[in-house]
Amino acid sequence: MPEVLVRARGLTKRFGGFTAVDGIDFDLLAGEAFGFLGPNGAGKSSTMRMLGCVSPPTEGELTILGGDPVRDGAAIRARLGVVPQEDTLDAELSVRENLLVYGRYFGLGRSLIAERTDQLLDFVQLTERANDMVDPLSGGMKRRLTIARSLINDPEILILDEPTTGLDPQARHVVWDRLFRLKQRGITLILTTHYMDEAEQLCDRLVVMDHGTIAAEGTPRELITRYATPEVLELRFAPDEQEAAAEKIQDLSPERTEVTADRILIYEADGDEFLERVHAAGLKPITELVRRSSLEDVFLRLTGRTLID
Amino acid sequence: MVLTPERTRPRPALAQVPGAWELSVRAFRCWLVMYRRTWRASVWSSVFGPLFYLGAMGYGLGSLVDKNGTAALGGVPYVVFVAPAVLAVQAMNTALSNSMFPVFGAMRWNSIYVAARATMLRPGDINRGHLMFITMRIAMNSACFVIVMAAFGLIKSWWGVLLLPASVLLGLAFAAPVAAWTVTLKTTTPMNYIIRFGSIPLSLFSGTFFPVSQLPAWIRPLAYATPLWHGAALCRSLSLGTVTAGSAAIHVGYLAAMAAIGLWAGARTYRGRLYV
Amino acid sequence: MSSAAEPEETRAVAVEPKVRSTSDAVDFSSFPARRGLRLIERHARFYRRLWLVVASGAAEPLFYLLSVGIGIGGLIGTVQGPAGHPVPYREFVAPGLLAVSALNGALNDSTFNVYGRLKFEKLYDAVLATPLGAQDVALAEIGWAVLRGILYSVPFLIVMAAMGLVVSPWALLALPAAALVGFATAAAGVALTTYMKSWQDFEYVVLVSVPLFLFSGTFFPLSVYPHVIGLIVEWTPLYQGVVILRDLVLGAPSWALLWRAAYLAAIGAAGLAVAGRRIAKLLLV
Repeated sequence: MPEVLVRARGLTKRFGGFTAVDGIDFDLLAGEAFGFLGPNGAGKSSTMRMLGCVSPPTEGELTILGGDPVRDGAAIRARLGVVPQEDTLDAELSVRENLLVYGRYFGLGRSLIAERTDQLLDFVQLTERANDMVDPLSGGMKRRLTIARSLINDPEILILDEPTTGLDPQARHVVWDRLFRLKQRGITLILTTHYMDEAEQLCDRLVVMDHGTIAAEGTPRELITRYATPEVLELRFAPDEQEAAAEKIQDLSPERTEVTADRILIYEADGDEFLERVHAAGLKPITELVRRSSLEDVFLRLTGRTLID
Repeated sequence: MVLTPERTRPRPALAQVPGAWELSVRAFRCWLVMYRRTWRASVWSSVFGPLFYLGAMGYGLGSLVDKNGTAALGGVPYVVFVAPAVLAVQAMNTALSNSMFPVFGAMRWNSIYVAARATMLRPGDINRGHLMFITMRIAMNSACFVIVMAAFGLIKSWWGVLLLPASVLLGLAFAAPVAAWTVTLKTTTPMNYIIRFGSIPLSLFSGTFFPVSQLPAWIRPLAYATPLWHGAALCRSLSLGTVTAGSAAIHVGYLAAMAAIGLWAGARTYRGRLYV
Repeated sequence: MSSAAEPEETRAVAVEPKVRSTSDAVDFSSFPARRGLRLIERHARFYRRLWLVVASGAAEPLFYLLSVGIGIGGLIGTVQGPAGHPVPYREFVAPGLLAVSALNGALNDSTFNVYGRLKFEKLYDAVLATPLGAQDVALAEIGWAVLRGILYSVPFLIVMAAMGLVVSPWALLALPAAALVGFATAAAGVALTTYMKSWQDFEYVVLVSVPLFLFSGTFFPLSVYPHVIGLIVEWTPLYQGVVILRDLVLGAPSWALLWRAAYLAAIGAAGLAVAGRRIAKLLLV
């Protein structure tokens, strides 16, 4: 039975009249990659800050590594690694110096920092840039450097707030690869994202957050199975024809449909088969696509909105 | 060791973190690393600025004042009267220039504070570490000027050995409260007002370049209430040898109280801004 | 919207907060001067909201007048004036401070702000994509800095008059003279700023402006210096400006003032030419 590193019960965060996190419960198990999936404003970052012991919870119970974040904050942070949403790198220092400064915050000796710096820069593939200034690095490189920095103190839990937001696809894949390797080496990851491909690829378990509450919880596969059908049929009609088409489709009794602004989504076990029936009913969609369902569909089902707001 | 597979040893309980002094020193060291890159730029204004003022005011203006009579100054040449005040003003300016824009920037532009926050450092440690660095800068600049004063024969008493700690205390009396305030700001505008309407008139009217007795009577209490007057008066009394136990106690007590209040407030405002 | 996240702020590189104006539909005539005027208009729109900041810039010379002119003046008594007879020290200092206020007014806008625009705001890139040319940009920036210098000088001149320190009707020429000082400063400032590589280089601005301020005859006459140093100081632009203003305000005009004015104008013209060429070189690669 893997041990529980983080335990949250009724965790709440309020700012004046606004409730950012509304009484959520979750457990983080050692060695897993745990995800918080949700759109902007769902309360993910606030939750991450509470986990990072830099934001006192308004209500509820939160235990991290056996300690209380308010009372034992410093001791807990000594064992955490944090990759924040905005890189908080010092642009006036070099890559190596950023790692040095951070390592010194943890009281590590210079030779240990130097050793780890070489290892970490090799791990994130920034060795050739070790003595360059941070400012001219690309977004992807800065993110990799932030990840390297967050590992300088050999943390047990790595907290990542939207690790690949704002990166180009190439850079995203490099980051995913590095995070996957970290997971293989036994570091517990907790991350937030609004990219469903990221959640599906990286997370062992995840929760879907919306408006400060947890709408669903489970492994990606479980969530898709529970809240969506195996396949999705996407049909696009001319704007004035969409309503009529939607009605006709309802007559074919699909398992579930969603009508969005530009498409009709039909959730069925077998998309191709339903598509034939659509054609047979005399409907001529402009575009048609049969695909496997994803967490995006889960989110749509749970909240009635898409992830990208 | 980092990045080795398989954590086989049992998970230890949370360790005791080091005390406030050690953690503050760690924050201080970060500023040292950055200073290694930027020290050359600051040398000019830190060292030559006060020298220019000493030359122009002390000797240039001094020649005009001495011609007219120095009774109001206590009988010493104008340059001897003014030099300790220039030291005090320099300490204040160093304190302000380090506790305003750099603190604001560390909070909002280059996120130095935010980066440190994610480690075991607490907001109070981050505050104190920065103040340690500022104190170092004040000490360095003051030491340079005290050496100049001594070289030009402007220190008239052995009490002058206390000029360095006195100016550091003065600087800290400004730096601590100002840093505590700056960290709460959302824009740079208030700082510009403080510079234009605070530090410049302060440096001109606090018994620095002319005795407070020259001011109209109704404004003198205002001058006596300012930290710079206390600091300049303390430095002058040490340099001229006119210091008494009573006057020193008042000046030192006032400055120490300002510094202490600043430290107390800083831990609170830093926490308020970093732990939202 | 995400809850307590810090709002993202672009780095404010100049001392005053930057307000971004939306692009205005401006129609450019074919005359260079009028085109340059448009750029000045744009800046004026920013700074209308910062009138208090600008007005407060005039407070600094007033502080110096009160403390040095009157405070220390009480210790000095009188000094030899330009008209040949002794004048109270404060009458001697005030015109010098007027020259300095014109210089300070022009300095910030011709150095820090220009650098910030060159490097960070990419303002000139956008502007040069229009019919405006590099010389127009240089002229407009210098023009704006001169305006700023005048904005600082006018209130101080009024204060001087109110304090009875304006002795002669020749002082009516003080404003154009102050503008000339501002022009020379602004042109030199913009030209030199185009050579700067980083924020560290601004230490040189401070390194130059502080001694200029202190040693250019503002606070004490040239006779205080040893002869050789006095000769060197005579050649500095601010000293010329101080002398022009002092002679005008205290009623000792002479034809020699025209030579001094020509000297300032020459520095301004040279700075303008250099600035135009440098901006072209930096941006129209």
